[in-house]
Amino acid sequence: MAQRTAVIGVGQTYHRSKREDVSIAGLVREAAQRALEDAQMDWADIDAVVIGKAPDMFEGVVMPELYLAPALGAVGKPMIRVHTAGSVGGSTALVAAHLVASGTHERVLTVAFEKQSDSDAMWALSIPQPFSAPLLAGAGGYFAPIIRAYMRRSGAPDHIGIMVAVKDRKQALKNPYAHLHIEDISFEMVRDSIMLWDPVRYLETCPSSDGAAAMVLASEAVADRSSSGTPPAWIHGMAMRSEPTMFAGRDQVNPKAGQECAADVYRQAGITEPRREIDVAEVYVPFSWYEPMWLENLGFCAEGDGWKLTDAGATALDGGDIPWNCSGGVLSTNPIGASGMLRFLEAAMQVRGQAGEHQVETVRRSLGQAYGGGSQFFAMWVLGADKP
Amino acid sequence: MAAASGGRRPVAVVSFAQSDMVRREELRNDVEVLQPVIVDVFEKVGLTKDEMGFVCSGSCDYLVGAPFSFVSALDAVGAWPPMRESHVEMDGAFALYEAWTQLQEDDIDTALVFSFGRSSMSELGRVLTLQLDPYYVAPLWPDPVALAALQARALIDSGRYTEADFAAVAARSRRDALNNPHAQVKGEQTAEELMGDDYVVAPLRRHALPPITDGATAIILAAGDRAAELCERPAWITGMDHRIETHSLGARDLTTSPTTRRAGEAAGVVEVGDGSGAPVGVGVDVAELHAPFAHQELILRDALGLGEAVAVNPSGGALAANGVMVAGLVRIGEAASRIMDGTAQSALAHATSGPCLQQNLVCALAAEPAGDGRR
Repeated sequence: MAQRTAVIGVGQTYHRSKREDVSIAGLVREAAQRALEDAQMDWADIDAVVIGKAPDMFEGVVMPELYLAPALGAVGKPMIRVHTAGSVGGSTALVAAHLVASGTHERVLTVAFEKQSDSDAMWALSIPQPFSAPLLAGAGGYFAPIIRAYMRRSGAPDHIGIMVAVKDRKQALKNPYAHLHIEDISFEMVRDSIMLWDPVRYLETCPSSDGAAAMVLASEAVADRSSSGTPPAWIHGMAMRSEPTMFAGRDQVNPKAGQECAADVYRQAGITEPRREIDVAEVYVPFSWYEPMWLENLGFCAEGDGWKLTDAGATALDGGDIPWNCSGGVLSTNPIGASGMLRFLEAAMQVRGQAGEHQVETVRRSLGQAYGGGSQFFAMWVLGADKP
Repeated sequence: MAAASGGRRPVAVVSFAQSDMVRREELRNDVEVLQPVIVDVFEKVGLTKDEMGFVCSGSCDYLVGAPFSFVSALDAVGAWPPMRESHVEMDGAFALYEAWTQLQEDDIDTALVFSFGRSSMSELGRVLTLQLDPYYVAPLWPDPVALAALQARALIDSGRYTEADFAAVAARSRRDALNNPHAQVKGEQTAEELMGDDYVVAPLRRHALPPITDGATAIILAAGDRAAELCERPAWITGMDHRIETHSLGARDLTTSPTTRRAGEAAGVVEVGDGSGAPVGVGVDVAELHAPFAHQELILRDALGLGEAVAVNPSGGALAANGVMVAGLVRIGEAASRIMDGTAQSALAHATSGPCLQQNLVCALAAEPAGDGRR
């Protein structure tokens, strides 16, 4: 039987475009140290370390966990390195959670990072491969046609993407850790920003960030004894799903792997009406249009209606009934390997009531979601304030 | 902490497949190397991908110089409808560990584990050098052979072994590999003949180095009754553990492998002592050790307390074929195969990662699920 598992500590770095004040080891240690302090633990209390990041080419270090073992207090302990493309931050948290849920360990430290300023992620993603379709210039070139297909299919008007971009940047102003703090962000500013990959404008895309995220996951016995003063966030459901990048008939706009991953998590958590039963969600939205697309994929509304929720302000921290990405989301902070873990971590912070200015009132349940590859890798968890 | 027993759900290796391990896959890409192996591992137990509760793989982007090289591997499995799947940027042995832990949760009964790598696509020495501390060590470009040579020199200086002992390991590996149709380096040379090899980096002669290998491998795990249904003699995992050491080579005693010993203790194949005396193995029939360099087998034997009665690397080991990201999982598959084919009652498999045996995994296997690896 799966053992009850909880988040009892969270930590993240101050995310910036260049964290030249720290090495890679210094970056991950900054996040991990905060997570340990939050959990009122020391390095010696940790049984195992699970680390994740996106492709090693982003920093030019092969399997960097080998070099990072001492910085993360892993010497003499089990250490696992996860890599599942953009979803990796979420997947890494889930691998760590399974180490507790399976009864293997009691206290697991999980960390994810990217130091994008060490290389150029866009071109690291764009290395031509023999006999493979080129990815064009970075992820935006890949996802723009899929977004266009969504707009055509749903009849969504052009301003929806702009609305998401403004909303998430406004919410980032309430998050001291967020990379982008654009004080005068406005509809006009986003609308008038340069078109990068039609229909994705410059301010409708995520930044390149240096940053790390960390969590301490614990067994029920440890969580019950925790002296941190902040309540645990209990895992009510967790799942991963993958599907191939392309084949005839694959729906890249509303991928089946995402739908099935959500269905699995909701089944575990006993959720039948996500919009009503989930109080806040942190969802991987690297391009503004992915908010309405994932609203549909995650079952918060019927297919084709996602943009209407965004348009009505339903996803805003200020006044919405299903606030999404109160932290500012990936649109405001994107250390790629950590971006998924930040979603999972922010979901935990909301349940634990530690989100400060971007806290949603009375959160009983939250959703964290990450996706990666060509919209083909999905990782999700639902957290709750009560034991499952 | 991971324990050898203590209420763990019994999980077994029920199927194992591997490609021929070759110097260079000239005409096949990763998917084409992997796909027949996946077909083979399923056919051996009459299963399909749709019956897998979980799929987990291991590979390294840098080998083919492309980000997300594991993504296309989904095509070799046929990941439709969508599947529960994860990937480690590690040897497949660590993917197997992840699958083994998830199988403890009862909601799934089977898992597919695989790994693949074409080491020939890059300059492997340069790629592995990029594993080192990027600020203080990698800029000096010490390649893996140079680092292994430092380790071998330290071992000789300790007075425990000589270059002739390294040659004896290589001679036995090549001779054993004659019985392994997938192995790459095999032959009848004696240790004396091998001592005529030139040094690559002293004190390591050509025979003490692993070959550069392209290949793929896959294993199916099954839990409880499902394992017994699928396989006449499942190879039950009676314990598994892995540990990492510091990256700083100067802070390690390179002539020993304390994490192998501790993982062996946690997996139940090394007697748990106070750490002061020499390790004592519990006496398995077969040990498959992932020792890319000949002298590393000697270090691992000592760390696991393996006596003369233990058959070490009957497959030929990593000196006969060393697919990067593959060779560790192959060790588990080979050790399990000795149990599945009835030639062994108990076995252990070891996998390593990083320079000079930095990270080590030990998996204990037995013909009986309740066994703890002892005879």
